[in-house]
Amino acid sequence: MKLYGTLDSAAQGARLSREQAVELLSCHSLPELGRAAAAVCDILHPEPVRTYVVDRNINYTNICISGCRFCAFYREPGNPDGYVLSTEEVLEKVGEAVELGATQILMQGGLHPELGIEFYEGLFRAIKNAYPVHIHSLSAPEVVHIAEVSGLDLETTLCRLHDAGLGSLPGGGAEILVDRVRNELSPVKCSARKWLGVMETAGKIGMRATATMVFGHIESHEDRVEHLMAIRDLQDRTGVFTAFIPWTYQPGNTALGRAAAGGHDYLRTLAISRLVLDNVSNIQASWVTQGDALAQVALRFGANDIGSTMIEENVVAAAGVRFRLSEKRLIELIHSAGFDAAQRDTMYRLLRVHEKGVG
Amino acid sequence: MYSALARSDIADIVEKVQAHERLSFEDGVRLFESNDITAIGCAADMVRRRLNGNKTYYIVNRHINHTDVCKNRCKFCAYSRSEGEDGAYMMSVAEVVARAEELYQDLKFTELHIVGGLHPTLPFEYYTEMLSALRARFPEVHLQAFTAVEIAHIAEIGALSVEECMRRLKEAGLGSLPGGGAEVFAPEVRNRICPEKMAGDDWLSVMRAAHNLGLRSNATMLYGHVENAEDRADHLLRLRNLQDETGGFMSFIPLRFHADNTNLAHLARPRSGIDDLKSVAVSRLMLDNFPHVKVFWIMFGLKLAQVALSFGADDFDGTVVEEKITHRAGAETPEGLTVADIRRLIEETGTAPVERDTLYREVTHEEQAVG
Ligand code: SF4
Ligand code: SF4
Repeated sequence: MKLYGTLDSAAQGARLSREQAVELLSCHSLPELGRAAAAVCDILHPEPVRTYVVDRNINYTNICISGCRFCAFYREPGNPDGYVLSTEEVLEKVGEAVELGATQILMQGGLHPELGIEFYEGLFRAIKNAYPVHIHSLSAPEVVHIAEVSGLDLETTLCRLHDAGLGSLPGGGAEILVDRVRNELSPVKCSARKWLGVMETAGKIGMRATATMVFGHIESHEDRVEHLMAIRDLQDRTGVFTAFIPWTYQPGNTALGRAAAGGHDYLRTLAISRLVLDNVSNIQASWVTQGDALAQVALRFGANDIGSTMIEENVVAAAGVRFRLSEKRLIELIHSAGFDAAQRDTMYRLLRVHEKGVG
Repeated sequence: MYSALARSDIADIVEKVQAHERLSFEDGVRLFESNDITAIGCAADMVRRRLNGNKTYYIVNRHINHTDVCKNRCKFCAYSRSEGEDGAYMMSVAEVVARAEELYQDLKFTELHIVGGLHPTLPFEYYTEMLSALRARFPEVHLQAFTAVEIAHIAEIGALSVEECMRRLKEAGLGSLPGGGAEVFAPEVRNRICPEKMAGDDWLSVMRAAHNLGLRSNATMLYGHVENAEDRADHLLRLRNLQDETGGFMSFIPLRFHADNTNLAHLARPRSGIDDLKSVAVSRLMLDNFPHVKVFWIMFGLKLAQVALSFGADDFDGTVVEEKITHRAGAETPEGLTVADIRRLIEETGTAPVERDTLYREVTHEEQAVG
C-alpha cells in the first residue's frame, strides 16, 4: 500500500506535508491510520495514563448577533427566550461545580450586543474572589466581540481579562479556519485571521488556549488540512495551544441541517490530527458529540484525553445531543481502554491517578 | 509490515494472519486480552478484504416475533413472559400473515426473520402452517426462522427428532436458521447466565443437523457478562470446528449482553466500545472459514457500527424503513434506517454497498431504483 511510507514516517514522528495530510484523509484503511496515530500518542505520552478534567460549562448568555447556521443555541436580541445570567446565578453554579470537584469553569456565550469588558472583568473577579478555580473561558469570537463593543484593541482586551482572572481560552469558534467556509457557515463570526490573531495575542501575553475543529459540514478535505496547518504554524510560533479537540458538526435543530458525519470520519480525522499536529501535545476525544463508546475508541486512535465531565453543555444539548457522563463512567472508559485514569487540571497536570483494576 | 504495527504486542499474530495461517486457541485468548485494538483491526480488515473485497452487504428485511410466551424464562431475558402474565401475547397464523402483509405494504422485503419464545402449548402444526401460509402469500421472500433452541422445543412438542422436525419445517417453507441461542458454550458460564437453556453441545448438534439437511444458518456469541477471554476463544473454536465439518454457517454475529430490567443486570459489564470492536475483529480473525461477520447497528449504535465495517464486519444487517418515514436526524440509534442512509454510511467507509438476499446473493432491482 502506497500510504505505508507516509504512515511509517508519521508514526516515527516525522512532520507531514500538506499533500501527505490530504492523501491520508482519503485513506480508508481506518485501523492502519489509527495504529500510526496511537504510536505517535504513545511516544508523546509514554506513561499508560489517560486523562479527564472535571469542569462545568456555564453559558452566561444565549443572546447573539452572529446567527451561525450550525448553531441551535442562540437567540436574537429581543427574543423572549434570551437570557443573561446574573453574577449571583453564575457564582451559584460555580459553587456547585467546585463542590463536585471541578477545577475549571468553562464560560461561553453568545455575542451579546451590549456586554462590554467591564461586565466580564466584574464577573471574573467575583468568581476568583469566591473560589479557587481556573477560568477557562471566552472563545476567540467572544474576545473579538468584547474588544469591538468596548472599543479596545485585542491585546488590551486580553490583558485586562487576564488581570481580572481569565486563565486560558477555549478553542471554540475555530470551526474551519478557511474564510470561504466561514463566510457560508457563520458570516458574522470573526475571520480565520482574527481567530488566529486572538490566539497569537494570548500566547504573546503568556496565556494558554485550546484549539478546536468542527468538521463534517460543507468543508472539503483540503479545508480540513488547511485548518490543521494553520494551527500547526501558529503553534510553531507561539506554543499557545495545550490541546486540540476535533469534533463533528451536530445537525439537529440547526439552519444548516444535513446528515451528521459518521464514526468512521471522526476517527480518521482524529487520527490525522494527531499525526499532523506534531507540536501540540494533547488531543482530546469528544464524548459529548460522539458518545461514550466511540470516545473510548478514540483513546486508541491518538487521543490522550477524554475531555470533561461537562456538568452542563447547553450549546450541544440544544442541537439534540444529550449526553451526561459521571466521573466514574469516564474513569471506567479509560480503564477498559487499558490505561490508568487521571484527573488533570487545565494545564494537563495530573491531580489524582485512579489505577486500573484498583476500584 | 509497517513499523507502528511491528511494535504491537500482537505483531506475531498479525504476521500469522498475513501468512494466511490459522490462529490457535492461545492466539484467540491473547487477541481478546490485548488492548491494541487498531493492530487487531489491521489484521481483521485484511481478512475481511481477502474474503469480501470492497463489498459491504445489507439486507431489506423485517422481523416478526410471533409470541413472547416462553417456558424457559432465562433470567437475562427481559422479553419473555409466562402464559397468562401481563403483556403475554401469541399471534395466530392468520395474525402473523396479516402482520407480514402490513410490513410488506410498507417495504418490499426479501427476508422475513421470525423468532419467538418456547410456547408450552402451541402444537407442532402451528409452525408448519405459519411457514406454508407465509410461503403461499410471499413466494419470493426467504423465511429465516426459529433459533436452534426453538427447533429443539418444536421437535419435542411434535415428538419428533430434530432432523425430522427440521425436515418438515423445511418442506413447509423454512429457508434458514438464525444464529441466536448460542450465548457462550462453556458450561460454567452457561450455568451462570442461562442454566435454563439447552447445552452448548446440543445447540451445535441442532446446527449440524440443519446443515446436513441443506439448511444454512448463522451463529452468535453473547459477550460482556461473566465470560473471560478463554471462554470466548473456546466458543469461536467450537464454531470453527463445526464449520470445517459442514460449511453451513453463513455469518457470525457478536451480541452484547444486555440484561436491563432483569435480575441478571448486575452481571453485565459496563459498555466498552473497544470491547465491541474486539468482538467483531477477533471473531473475524478466528472464524477464518465463516464467509461473513455481521454488525447489528441497532446494538452498536450507528457510529460504532460504521467503524466496525473497518474492523472485520462486512454486513450491516437490515431493518430498514421506507423512504417516506423519515427518522429523527441526529438520533444515535433510530428505529429504522432508510436504504439511502445505509448506503451512505457504508460508502463513507470507502466500501461499496451491496443489497443481498439471505443467502448473500446480490439483489438486483429492475424497475425501481434503490436509494
Ligand atoms: S455559535 Fe456562538 S457565535 Fe455562532 S450563533 Fe451560536 S452562540 Fe452565536
Ligand atoms: S429461550 Fe429465548 S425467549 Fe425464552 S426466555 Fe430464554 S432467551 Fe427468552
